[in-house]
Amino acid sequence: MSINKNRRATVGALAAAGLAVLPLPLLAQGRKLKIGLMLPYTGTFAQLGEAITNGFKLHVAETGGKLGGMDVEYVTVDDESAPPKAVENMNRLVRRDNVDVVVGTVHSGVALAMANVARQTNTTLIVPNAGAGDITGSLCAPNIFRTSFTNWQPGYGMGKVMVDRKIKSAVTLTWKYAAGEEAVNGFKEAFVAGGGKIIKDMSLPFPNVEFQPFLTEIASLKPEAVFVFFAGAGAAKFVKDYMAAGLKSIALYGSGFLTDGVAEAIGDVGQGLVTVLHYGDGINNPKNIAFRTRYATTYKQQPDVYAVQGYDAAQLLAAGLTAVKGDLSKKAEFHKAMSTAKIDSPRGPFTLSKAHNPIQDMYIRQLKGRDNVVIGVAVKGLADPALGCKA
Amino acid sequence: MDFPSFLIQVLNAVQYGLLLFLVASGLTLIFGIMGIINLAHGSFYMIGAYLAFVLSSATGSLMLALAIGVPLALIFGWLLEWAVFTHLYKRDHLEQVLLTYGLILFFEEARSILVDNDVHSVAIPELLQASIALTETLSYPVYRLFISVVCLAIAVALYFLIRYTRLGMMIRAGSHDRDMVAALGININLVYRIVFALGVALAAFAGMIAAPVSTVYPGMGSHVLIVSFVIVVIGGIGSVWGALLAALVIGFTDTFGKVVFPDYAGILVYVVMAAVLLWRPEGILRKSGG
Repeated sequence: MSINKNRRATVGALAAAGLAVLPLPLLAQGRKLKIGLMLPYTGTFAQLGEAITNGFKLHVAETGGKLGGMDVEYVTVDDESAPPKAVENMNRLVRRDNVDVVVGTVHSGVALAMANVARQTNTTLIVPNAGAGDITGSLCAPNIFRTSFTNWQPGYGMGKVMVDRKIKSAVTLTWKYAAGEEAVNGFKEAFVAGGGKIIKDMSLPFPNVEFQPFLTEIASLKPEAVFVFFAGAGAAKFVKDYMAAGLKSIALYGSGFLTDGVAEAIGDVGQGLVTVLHYGDGINNPKNIAFRTRYATTYKQQPDVYAVQGYDAAQLLAAGLTAVKGDLSKKAEFHKAMSTAKIDSPRGPFTLSKAHNPIQDMYIRQLKGRDNVVIGVAVKGLADPALGCKA
Repeated sequence: MDFPSFLIQVLNAVQYGLLLFLVASGLTLIFGIMGIINLAHGSFYMIGAYLAFVLSSATGSLMLALAIGVPLALIFGWLLEWAVFTHLYKRDHLEQVLLTYGLILFFEEARSILVDNDVHSVAIPELLQASIALTETLSYPVYRLFISVVCLAIAVALYFLIRYTRLGMMIRAGSHDRDMVAALGININLVYRIVFALGVALAAFAGMIAAPVSTVYPGMGSHVLIVSFVIVVIGGIGSVWGALLAALVIGFTDTFGKVVFPDYAGILVYVVMAAVLLWRPEGILRKSGG
């Protein structure tokens, strides 16, 4: 018996000693920043996920491998652009891996689920692409930020351009999903306010790409111009089908995604197409030139709008971290610093609206060769109306 | 809708229907006649399209790409049957589903590794690049008319093969009673291998020839898979003419649905499918081997 008592005492003493030498809760300064990257690395949007990651890591490399003076550690999750898996993936990052910040994603459906979880857990979320208005609209929150755009913004810009070009009648066509509807709403807001008339709104189920019936309908309605929202493979097919149907007499306009990333697939038939987006080729500010050179040297390819959005996400995060000197327990100050940051972006400097969406210039671009060359500015400093945001 | 527009929409519907038939023809053979549930049908279509892209980029001509690609697809189908599908005939439909679903995942990754994840275009052959003016604003691409002609030719050729050749007779017999055919001394394994290779080649050919008008992108296979099954099921399992008719029905439903009932266009095709199956559960032209 006495041997057991001694053993128990020894074990108890050892345990107490063990606890004493356990590392104390890590002090804010000097610890690593854990960033959760939840992006698509497989599937249709894989390239976009890669570009955003490259842009983000480029900025981290520029500031000596640290953000706001803190060393960075990444936890990467491939969200496969799959909304059904979104909540599980996000929870894994937030609860199991205990990341400090989540950066993601491309697909709006996934991003909306992420925003919901972020709201519930008060996790800082930076969205480097998904354009769904609700993320900085009805789901807006002090801890949710976006460095990309809302679908409404380029649409509105395009509407302004068409009004400036004295176009009086138009037809719209898009896929029947959130991105398409928001883009068309943006377009209609500017176009109708400028005196334009919408002859017909048309849509087809996503991701159906059989456009012939609509091309015939457009030909019979004879509007002055057509506004469309399509992206990816569907956009390339639409442009080719439109030109093959000989509809050149009816001007085709679209949100920038009609030609971004698919200029190669569109080929020569799309030359001269005018679109509106918050980025383009040939923006001549020094930041953009330096960014493009450094990106091309590091990754052996040209950056695109997605790389810029990723780069700016890192800049935004750095602004917040610098303000609280790496002390993430000061959450309110951290978020406040990010929301009032002025980002020196390759697209041009921008600030965030109260709902945390970029207030930025909308550029007019024209497809020349394989580049969407900036030929003007549609709207300067355009802010998304952030419907439903109680900021 | 004015009359000229109506006529053009009819043309659109017919052209789209014929294209759908071409895409579904491979499945008509493999599922309709051989009875194998082949979920990888969409993948074969995608493989054909990517083959067209790679080969036409290398040779500069779509026609040359077709000439090389179709034999390649035949060989590929042959090997695939020998290695994998030959074990499936005696098995459950569920096991066929599992295996072919696994094949989809495998082919997607393989494509990602061997080619890439980008969107690509394939150039229309120069001879066929013109457009015929139908109205003052609208033209019709000659290439689409060319595809329609090819589809009709394939439909006729398939029908002829199944109905009037010895091979067709063996296929039809084999789909009824495989063991009896083997007992009669016919090498039924060889027959099935040929038919399977043909089915794969048809799917790949459809992908190749439609590539210039549909663009080449990851996930293109899954879009055609469902509509192909709908066509085979509505048309009647085992019937080539049934599949053609079903494809035309869907072509019309989709085209006019988009213009006349835009809000319901998405589900209209499936409503039609349900209606046809309620009226004729075995499909429109269910016949043994027609």
